[in-house]
Amino acid sequence: MTVTFRTLAGASLLVALMGSASAQTSITVATVNNGDMIRMQRLMPEFNALHPDIKVNWVTLEENVLRQRVTTDIASKGGQYDVLTIGNYEVPIWAKQGWLMPLENLGADYDQADLLPQVAQGLTVDGKLHAVPFYAESSMLMYRTDLLEKAGLKMPENPDWDFITDAAQKMTDKGAGIYGICLRGKAGWGENMAFLTSMNNSMGGAWFDMEWKPQFNGPEWKQTLDTYLKLMTEYGPPGSSSNGFNENLALFQTGKCGMWIDATVAASFISDPKESQVADKVGFAPSPVRKGGSNHGNWLWSWNLAIPATTSKAEAAKTFVAWATSPAYTKLVAEKDGIANVPPGTRTSLYKNPDYLKVAPFAAMTLTAIESANTQKPSDKPVPYTGGQFVAIPEFQAIGTAVGQQFSAALAGKATADQALAAAQALTTREMTRAGYPKK
Amino acid sequence: MAREASKGHKAAVTVLAWGVALLIFFPILWTFLISFKTEGEAINSHPSFLFFEWTLENYETVNQRSDYLAHFWNSVVISLGSTVLGLIIAVPAAWSMAFVPGKRTKDLLMWMLSTKMLPAVGVLVPIYLLARDAGLLDTKTGLVIVLTMVNLPIIVWMLYTYFKEIPGEILEAARMDGATLSSEILYVLTPMAVPGIASTLLLNVILAWNESFWTLNLTAASAAPLTAFIASYSSPEGLFYAKLSAASTMAIAPIMILGWFSQKQLVRGLTFGAVK
Repeated sequence: MTVTFRTLAGASLLVALMGSASAQTSITVATVNNGDMIRMQRLMPEFNALHPDIKVNWVTLEENVLRQRVTTDIASKGGQYDVLTIGNYEVPIWAKQGWLMPLENLGADYDQADLLPQVAQGLTVDGKLHAVPFYAESSMLMYRTDLLEKAGLKMPENPDWDFITDAAQKMTDKGAGIYGICLRGKAGWGENMAFLTSMNNSMGGAWFDMEWKPQFNGPEWKQTLDTYLKLMTEYGPPGSSSNGFNENLALFQTGKCGMWIDATVAASFISDPKESQVADKVGFAPSPVRKGGSNHGNWLWSWNLAIPATTSKAEAAKTFVAWATSPAYTKLVAEKDGIANVPPGTRTSLYKNPDYLKVAPFAAMTLTAIESANTQKPSDKPVPYTGGQFVAIPEFQAIGTAVGQQFSAALAGKATADQALAAAQALTTREMTRAGYPKK
Repeated sequence: MAREASKGHKAAVTVLAWGVALLIFFPILWTFLISFKTEGEAINSHPSFLFFEWTLENYETVNQRSDYLAHFWNSVVISLGSTVLGLIIAVPAAWSMAFVPGKRTKDLLMWMLSTKMLPAVGVLVPIYLLARDAGLLDTKTGLVIVLTMVNLPIIVWMLYTYFKEIPGEILEAARMDGATLSSEILYVLTPMAVPGIASTLLLNVILAWNESFWTLNLTAASAAPLTAFIASYSSPEGLFYAKLSAASTMAIAPIMILGWFSQKQLVRGLTFGAVK
């Protein structure tokens, strides 16, 4: 450890000396703590070798803290950050506010056409990219092949919710600590509501009609919530109303779940024998549909790099952003850490690379999931919004979380499904009226 | 007979005190233990208390990934700076309130305390804008000023309560002997109040060290203290408990050691005025 300290001290001294010797531009990058971002921080010497005149400072924060921090700064034009890591929920909203710089001319070897169209579409406002994707994910069904076989079932190509209910029942063996299905229960717009909004889309429902009237009093939400509560209370793990992505990941990896519907990025974690006890017994299938339906409702989420309009170092920031999301970066990670560790979900070329397909058995299903996500038309019904697992309006964070609390309470047994739906309808109507919808 | 009863009573109180202390200390102990586990072991649903494979890999990762010393130094400067600045303002203020109270002193004290009742986020945007225009965003100076203001009511209240216990006649005697106001405060009041000032200082260093709202919101890369260091290890996707625990342990260790050595002053500081 002392060696590490000494190296660190030495390195920082060197950097300080270098800083005073040449005219360096330093840029500050705000980011979340996920494996891909941490890897990029480790690869900074490679960036500096190419661009010795740019020094990159990292601010890594927990997702919700980052969101609050960055929103405060950008709304008050604080100018603390030169590069932001933001989700595809924020990009269109912030771009319309004029908070983000449009990104054009990212270099000859950037190959913008190679970006997955579904992902790029979510980041395009007025025909221009306002952020570039660093990593993207959709949702899918992950299941235990051994338990399904033991239950005497075969996974259909497009499973529907009836099959899921049946399979969950047959796979559950509470005596052995095995639960048929694990789903998100923790309240939050990016937690249980990401799943439930997607599920409701697959049931044919929507958040709002064309007049922005909430739809919680309709039959689709009722069916969504009833199915969800039945699955979770009868075949789910105990205490599921506080489970989020990480909790379910831990349960699945230790062999406690038969099925799990969540982010595609989980596939690489549960197939990693170093982390997962069930790595050799996992299968993947598309998110369930309703009987006879074709909308999987699966979500599309991407973490993107964007440049705030307030920056005074736009050129350096653009150089960095282009490097971090370029095909060259993909190549660099493949060389240094192996191709399985390349940030997924952003480029078509990755899913055509035979080396990647060999090491990532879930790649094909991930690509199918991303390609079938329709952010422009998330619901079968005509709706006035875009999105998917969220509704792309600024008010959604607050409303989504409040509704999520009602549904989480229903899961914990503190309210019935009907009470939760009525409360959701009332609070959403109130908040939308207050926010002035329908807007012209 | 009476003695036996009191013995039993004493034992019961001791057991209860230990129980409560352990209950309060347990989360810290648990964090400490998790920091030596692997990520897989950290989320095990049947966790083992002591019998797991102890590892230092989390500390190694944390040291490689972030600059602990830079964050540590920022924490030291911010917490000490804001406390010392706070004391410089609060000692004269508390003196005048304790020894020459006016008609509105009580109201003034209550008003000062009431500023602590407002949720900090309520003034986030105004303070952020002020800091931006003064060029104090992401600077240690900015944080020292903000934390001084945040903790000033507590410092004034603590010193006020403490000064109230000192008989005014002693100060009067000093004045009779021709002491000026500043020498009265510096040579007569301060030496008598040293234990009180010390406990105020310690408590406020701890409060400033642990303050996470302003330190997270007003910093970015260069002035970020240990609270930001901890925050960087929480993750929405993937396993992080062990690394987060290692970062937390490293962040709270200095202040825990300081607290350990100064227990007596702290207890005095926290309980004075409670029993008269």
